[in-house]
Amino acid sequence: MKVTEKDVTYVADLANLELTPDESQRMVADLNSILGHMDQLNRLDTSGVEPLAELVSSFAPKGGEDFAYAQRADEVRPGLSREAALANAPDTDGTCFRVPKVIER
Amino acid sequence: MSEKKITSEALTIGEVHSSLREGHTTATALAEAHLAAIATHDGEIGSFLTVTRERALAKAAQIDRLVEKGDPLPPLAGVPVGIKDVLMTAGERTTAGSKFLDKFVAPYDATSVARLEAAGAVCLGKLNCDEFAMGSSNENSAFYPVHNPRDTTRVPGGSSGGSAASVAAGFAVATLGSDTGGSIRQPASFCGVVGVLPTYGRVSRYGLIAFASSLDHVGPLANTVEDAATVLEVISGRDPLDSTSVAAPVPNFAAECGREVKGLRVGLPKEYFAPGLDDETRAAIERQVDGLRAAGCEIVEITLPHTEYAIPVYYIVATAEASANLARFDGVRYTSRSAQVKTLADMYRKSRDEGFGAEVKRRILLGTYVLSAGYYDAYYRKAQQVRALLLRDFQQAFTQVDAIVTPVTPTPAFKLGEKTGDPMEMYLSDIYTVTANLVGVPGISLPCGNNQQGLPLGIQVLGKHFDEATVLRLASAIERQQK
Repeated sequence: MKVTEKDVTYVADLANLELTPDESQRMVADLNSILGHMDQLNRLDTSGVEPLAELVSSFAPKGGEDFAYAQRADEVRPGLSREAALANAPDTDGTCFRVPKVIER
Repeated sequence: MSEKKITSEALTIGEVHSSLREGHTTATALAEAHLAAIATHDGEIGSFLTVTRERALAKAAQIDRLVEKGDPLPPLAGVPVGIKDVLMTAGERTTAGSKFLDKFVAPYDATSVARLEAAGAVCLGKLNCDEFAMGSSNENSAFYPVHNPRDTTRVPGGSSGGSAASVAAGFAVATLGSDTGGSIRQPASFCGVVGVLPTYGRVSRYGLIAFASSLDHVGPLANTVEDAATVLEVISGRDPLDSTSVAAPVPNFAAECGREVKGLRVGLPKEYFAPGLDDETRAAIERQVDGLRAAGCEIVEITLPHTEYAIPVYYIVATAEASANLARFDGVRYTSRSAQVKTLADMYRKSRDEGFGAEVKRRILLGTYVLSAGYYDAYYRKAQQVRALLLRDFQQAFTQVDAIVTPVTPTPAFKLGEKTGDPMEMYLSDIYTVTANLVGVPGISLPCGNNQQGLPLGIQVLGKHFDEATVLRLASAIERQQK
């Protein structure tokens, strides 16, 4: 499987990244080198192996039951204040984040 | 080679404690001395991104009042520490080594930071790292690279390069780092200090800027195993703000240091000693293993048969998770927005293009690719399956042995610029460290001598889930037998 410049443009689009033509060419080369290395996984037969998506319950003494405390009660608790949440924003109107207009009329 | 070390004999936590108690120094004087050393010498090392002088002196004054009153001192009273800049420090600039967050001021403290300071630690500042903790040499910092204090022409390792270098240079007695694929252990090894990877779930990740959530760990770096153990104990334990943190009891880790190791079964995985490992590193580790044998350990050759697949699995899982985690940097909330935007789509793209460095973009692209329609099964699902096989390898090995001893890195610290041309070559240098993150076991990297050029060599001890105690006990024995 060979990654082309078209693939890189497509993936960059999915990831909301803008690449210069130079960057894009470099990424084609890098991705091919890295994915080439990753293809060695295909040497392994993994049929019937359950994918490991979550780690903690796999070494829990009682198959996850011990982690019931990880669920919290559904009750209102103090969070970050509006002021603190907005403090780092590049643009606000004082109550909300402000972004460029989404809908043209 | 020029070596930078500001103190002839590095301070330990115990020494800070007794000199405060006996009135030989004050927390304020200690903080001032370390801040002065940073001001004078860190220009050549580059380990700090932000110095938090007021925060440090306020805490130090508070500790001095405790000493004056004769109150009991908390475990880290007056200990000068530094924090990797991926951990939030309320009211202080927190950049993750990225231009994107150059002006970001953290709205709250990471739990690990809050626990350190509650235990009396004096926070001197924020430490340099690879951008969003992505790198093995600290050359991906958007601000400036860190130089290895043991040889300033060489890298300190990464991504917690500033955390390791500042301890090695004597700027801080202990530091916090983060480890996603070796980012605490590899720099500890390159700089000749101790670094601990706790079990996944042992230390809260609340307030850690996420890179790959199923692999990220917060952990300590220090000059001695006992100091690292003391800091680990302070930051460990269940945190309701991190639902993956585990309510396992936290033992007295420092008490493990100095305990007998007689009768412990120590595994040497043959795959970790295959060709590709530097000869001097191999010899240094063999010497330590001989010492353990003489101390009564049973040395067992073991196999971790899927080791060769760990790098591809790691770089699939880590980049996939990173591509999702870094989607939040969109120009809306976190300080940076491109000035060139007219539309919303423009804002996302241009802000991310201007804010992220090349390695971060590379990993986001790779992660997006392996998750995209048509490739998900071939890469991401396959990697998660092989991750399950890697876990089985370790579960099997731990039926035979109590702990595993391996190298940390294939070679000692390399030169700045030596590996920046080829990302795959840089990734391959993580071969001995990534598996512990993939399977969630604890580990430690500690020094085991120098090579002929005087560069530090490292040794790694890995243990069973939540058995940091045995890891620290063995590490302390290895440290002791070098004296």
